[in-house]
Amino acid sequence: MNKTENNKAWFLVLPVFLLVAFSAVIPLMTVVNYSVQDIFDQNTAYFVGAEWYREVLQDPRLHDSLIRQFIFSGCVLLIEIPLGIAVALMMPTKGKAASLSLILLAIPLLIPWNVVGTIWQVFGREDIGLFGWALNSIGIDYNYASNPGDAWFTVLLMDVWHWTSLVALLCYSGLRAIPEAYYQAARIDRASKWAIFRYIQLPKLKSVLVIGILLRFMDSFMIYTEPFVLTGGGPGNSTTFLSQTLTKMAIGQFDLGPAAAFSLIYFLIVLLVSWLFFTSISHLDKSE
Amino acid sequence: MTSMTQNTASQTAGAGSTQQPKRFVLPANAKRRVNTQRRKNIGITAYILFVLVPIYWLLNMSFKSNEEILGGLTLWPQNFTLENYQVIFSDPSWYMGYVNSMTYVSLNVIITLMVALPAAYAFSRYKFTGDKHLFFWLLTNRMAPPAVFLLPFFQLYSSVGLFDTHLAVALAHCLFNVPLAVWILEGFMSGVPREIDETAYIDGYKFHTFFLKIFLPLIRSGIGVTAFFCFMFSWVELLLARTLTSVEAKPIAAIMTRTVGATGIDWGVLAAAGVLTIIPGLLVIWFVRNHVAKGFALGRV
Amino acid sequence: MSWMAWTLPTAVFFSVIAAILVCMTVFELRSPCVERKGFLPIETTRGDRLFIGLLTSAYIHLMYVGLTDMTLWIALGISCVWLFIVMRWG
Repeated sequence: MNKTENNKAWFLVLPVFLLVAFSAVIPLMTVVNYSVQDIFDQNTAYFVGAEWYREVLQDPRLHDSLIRQFIFSGCVLLIEIPLGIAVALMMPTKGKAASLSLILLAIPLLIPWNVVGTIWQVFGREDIGLFGWALNSIGIDYNYASNPGDAWFTVLLMDVWHWTSLVALLCYSGLRAIPEAYYQAARIDRASKWAIFRYIQLPKLKSVLVIGILLRFMDSFMIYTEPFVLTGGGPGNSTTFLSQTLTKMAIGQFDLGPAAAFSLIYFLIVLLVSWLFFTSISHLDKSE
Repeated sequence: MTSMTQNTASQTAGAGSTQQPKRFVLPANAKRRVNTQRRKNIGITAYILFVLVPIYWLLNMSFKSNEEILGGLTLWPQNFTLENYQVIFSDPSWYMGYVNSMTYVSLNVIITLMVALPAAYAFSRYKFTGDKHLFFWLLTNRMAPPAVFLLPFFQLYSSVGLFDTHLAVALAHCLFNVPLAVWILEGFMSGVPREIDETAYIDGYKFHTFFLKIFLPLIRSGIGVTAFFCFMFSWVELLLARTLTSVEAKPIAAIMTRTVGATGIDWGVLAAAGVLTIIPGLLVIWFVRNHVAKGFALGRV
Repeated sequence: MSWMAWTLPTAVFFSVIAAILVCMTVFELRSPCVERKGFLPIETTRGDRLFIGLLTSAYIHLMYVGLTDMTLWIALGISCVWLFIVMRWG
């Protein structure tokens, strides 16, 4: 679609611009200010330059949680995207069954994140939770509170439970946008199921998958509440992700300076990855 | 679940006989398709069960007394009790949490839609200086981890006197909802042909009458889907909501942490409170279910 | 505004960024630019190149701070040169 060139359109964007500037730019500037100072209270602060950045960059805690974070986000994407597509392909297409499964699938998305944590905290316990109890009674020694491997497994399972529905719903909508005529043509050609998926469904899913992957990457990279409630970052530090390290620093120890420097580094990482992803996708779109 | 299976199967058969000329339907082919359909139904049922079982467990616990919860594993409540819910509904500091959450979520949805609608229109219809960069900048706010903004938000809202008000949380949640809303709405609006705008302008409509009377009704389902997403992300967020409130506007999700008392966790009340937080979401998805099914497919979402 | 804890260096930093943005906008209005292909692997507009330059500069600074103990002015110099290269030939 051809768009007309019109700078008056800025007036329509102005409210958004002002609102986001108020709630994003001012805080961001403040974070930058904090990150170069040693702050004791409202009126006592010393300029320390890049000292906090140096401290944070050389802090092994940051390295560890950064690595954990990337592994976690990678796992989340690897599991949830294919599973979400599969669920979308299996969903009924018409009638009551379609809206019923739509509603049931959407439930996990609408549960407050700490309640999600609570649900799995209870569900995974070996004394009062069905899941932990079932695993233990079939002979698997499972305890997410003391075994790091189990804790990781539980956090991942919780995230899959929580968010695969989003991917599935997005893909479902993408699949619905494919005209029936395409499938009929494929049937006449005796196309295999894989060929239908590869050449009809997947290309149509591309745009929703982009959104799905971006949202899942960003949100899994910021995950805080659910593992905080479920495992509290433990056992040890095995499920302490970036946000949690940061929040501990900022609120728990009230180290404003290092926390602010950490925030900015965190933000830069997310910005870079998302930008790379965003540009490569829109670039692919153009070259086609 | 059986009725669901039959329903879908009969519909598939019906669709096959009406939409397709008879000679292309080979019996073997049709049988294979019915088989695939059955396998699909089993798969989706299994996944939905996986989704529902943990929720069932919470529901199950909310109807038990603490003695029963800790006494041993029972698949359904042996002594069905509503006591846990009674605790919540008889104590204003509990149920006001729901009111607070609902208030700031609704405020947030209204503010988000009001600013995002014109902006999305601008992005979908016009080219203007810096539009792409502005769009990406908006998205970067969706990317910023809330943990980054915790402290400055606290300071900012305290200094303008908004701390512990519903408006503060609503505004803070705009940070991630507005970009998403602009993004989704832009997709829906791009699906509306430009000719409609042009015809309306030729007919002498002013921009705002055209926008409110003609354009908005056209993208109803898009607005429904956007509102759903805004509700969802605002309702489930806790970190910002907890930091920006203390008493007056404290969300229910933050109040829930109170159940951890000196005597240990009050599992029953915790479960009951959790169950109650799921209900508003269920209602919302129930109201927009047709829009979501239709709306998702219409827009570029 | 005292809670924002302004200091001179950060104030200068943000003023420079704001000035660059204003200049770019004016420049863009006077002579709208077209996408072109430089040594960067994608076609870019002037604004894209500025963004890429600034983002990589930030990373240059971070690496410099993380790996060395020398003064930051050198990193700033490298970044400025890099920014110029990207804007001119990117």
